[in-house]
Amino acid sequence: MDNKSVSSNKQYQKPFREMTVFELRKQYIAGTLSPVTVITEALAIIQEKDEEGHAFLDVYAEEALTLAKVAEIEYKTKRENTPVLLGIPVALKNNILVVGKKATAGSKILENYIATYDATIVTRLKNAGAIIIGATNMDEFAMGSSTENSAFGPTKNPHDLSRVPGGSSGGSAASVAMGVVPVAIGTDTGGSVRQPASYCGVVGFKPTYGAVSRYGLVAMGSSLDQAGPLTRSVADAELIHHIMAGLDAYDATTIAPDTYRAVPLKKNYTFGVPRDFLGMGIDAKVLASFEDHIALLKASGHAVVDIELPLFEQGLAAYYIVMPAEVSSNLARYDGIRYGLSVAGKNLLDVYEQSRAVGFGTEVKRRILLGTYVLSSGYYDAYYRQAELVRHKMRAELEAVFKKVDIILTPTTPTPAFKFGDKSDPLSMYRQDIFTVPVNLTGVPAISLPMKMVEEDGAALPVGVQYIGPHGGDDRLFDIGKQIYDTIR
Amino acid sequence: MTKEEILHLGTLSRLALLPAEVEKFSTEIDAILAYVSKVKDIIADDEIKGSVLGARFNVLRPDVVTNQPGEYTEKLLASLPQREGQFMRVMKILNQDE
Repeated sequence: MDNKSVSSNKQYQKPFREMTVFELRKQYIAGTLSPVTVITEALAIIQEKDEEGHAFLDVYAEEALTLAKVAEIEYKTKRENTPVLLGIPVALKNNILVVGKKATAGSKILENYIATYDATIVTRLKNAGAIIIGATNMDEFAMGSSTENSAFGPTKNPHDLSRVPGGSSGGSAASVAMGVVPVAIGTDTGGSVRQPASYCGVVGFKPTYGAVSRYGLVAMGSSLDQAGPLTRSVADAELIHHIMAGLDAYDATTIAPDTYRAVPLKKNYTFGVPRDFLGMGIDAKVLASFEDHIALLKASGHAVVDIELPLFEQGLAAYYIVMPAEVSSNLARYDGIRYGLSVAGKNLLDVYEQSRAVGFGTEVKRRILLGTYVLSSGYYDAYYRQAELVRHKMRAELEAVFKKVDIILTPTTPTPAFKFGDKSDPLSMYRQDIFTVPVNLTGVPAISLPMKMVEEDGAALPVGVQYIGPHGGDDRLFDIGKQIYDTIR
Repeated sequence: MTKEEILHLGTLSRLALLPAEVEKFSTEIDAILAYVSKVKDIIADDEIKGSVLGARFNVLRPDVVTNQPGEYTEKLLASLPQREGQFMRVMKILNQDE
């Protein structure tokens, strides 16, 4: 890796491609680093590495540089009296609407679709001064765990180009790991922020369901989706989350700070490990790294006990009923009529059927068909209604467990990043989400932090540890995450 | 799943399917359904309790128009696959000759 263009500048101690938002802002305020330098270098990294890496689907180079120049002047004249993200480059998964920009959701059916409004989270990030530098690659309609399902080609894991970055927010995770941006935003429906964070060695956070507005996100599973940050530090994730979060009149599922009872911060926490659940196909090296992390927690003064979560095993099955059901409903709008790809047909029905046949990829079609099945007359009770019942019981099970422990602890993924083409069987791909999916089903918050890397085929690969909190426990996760990870990163 | 069942699902979800797809999906969906069927083992309680259920519900706003006339029209019309002036053009659905 050629660092010459970055580290030759005497003004900063470490290459800014490794800096956090806080570190960048400190230098911006002090005048020792200019947003123009940072944006110029970010664009240079994209130029140098992204033709192969393919983290980005769209880069807003001119606008970013213009905004950087404005930011430079603002910092010179106003110093710290500037919005907290002024001059900070941010990348957004391409299912997040930015007005006037293409929002493809990784699909041919939206290949040329231009967003007609900003997502609420985009408005909030822009108001905080962020420079949106580009749109990142993703599995089509957020369906996948590797970004291999993107209609525009896969993204490569910056740690090992023969491996996937994870998905569906693979491009976002890679953009941070590559050093282009300190922050990328992804969406998490079954693990799509946390799993790529684990595979790419960055922090990934999924908020309590409802904490962040879904207005302006291309909907996948409306009872499951949440937007979350991918960052280099937990403090950065906390900052970004709080900028994005809050009640939104445009999203009736958003919660107020007092919707859930307060989750107190503690000096020492009790972590619960669902040992039985961990027995499910976890790589021995990941388990070893996980045990090391447990030792670290104990050495830091926290307790780690075994717990039982028998219903979590049902989680993946319930997820692959509920999520396709919601998908089949949410994707009905892509019919070639009001926007997106439209294929001529012999009658209106033909237009619908052909537009969707041509515009959707295989995984999307598979999930639409599955969802249609589980919602259809005669099968609704056996599958969908049962799956919703499982969700409900899982929430009750969690509530009981959180009376005994403060945080649930699991590895984020059962393995490190796999090689392209390795998981060609749908079910084997779905199993990558086994530890992340129960979190979306129940609506609780969770964070993935990099733990000790594992070695595979001579490459050092990142893996993540997952902390799961109770509903409304987002700040508890930031608290312990900063303590355990930010101090050693 | 039979070929007919998959084709029926295609019709319900407005998705034209090629014969090769019908066969592939039939096998894959069978396997997925076999896996997800374990949710059938869960037994419903007589009384469902859960304090986090219904954390927020029936979030409504007054039923009034909040935008200016024509505020979004041009932007939305610009996205249409087939536009004719201020209208969207679609295929006829009534009085079709079969």
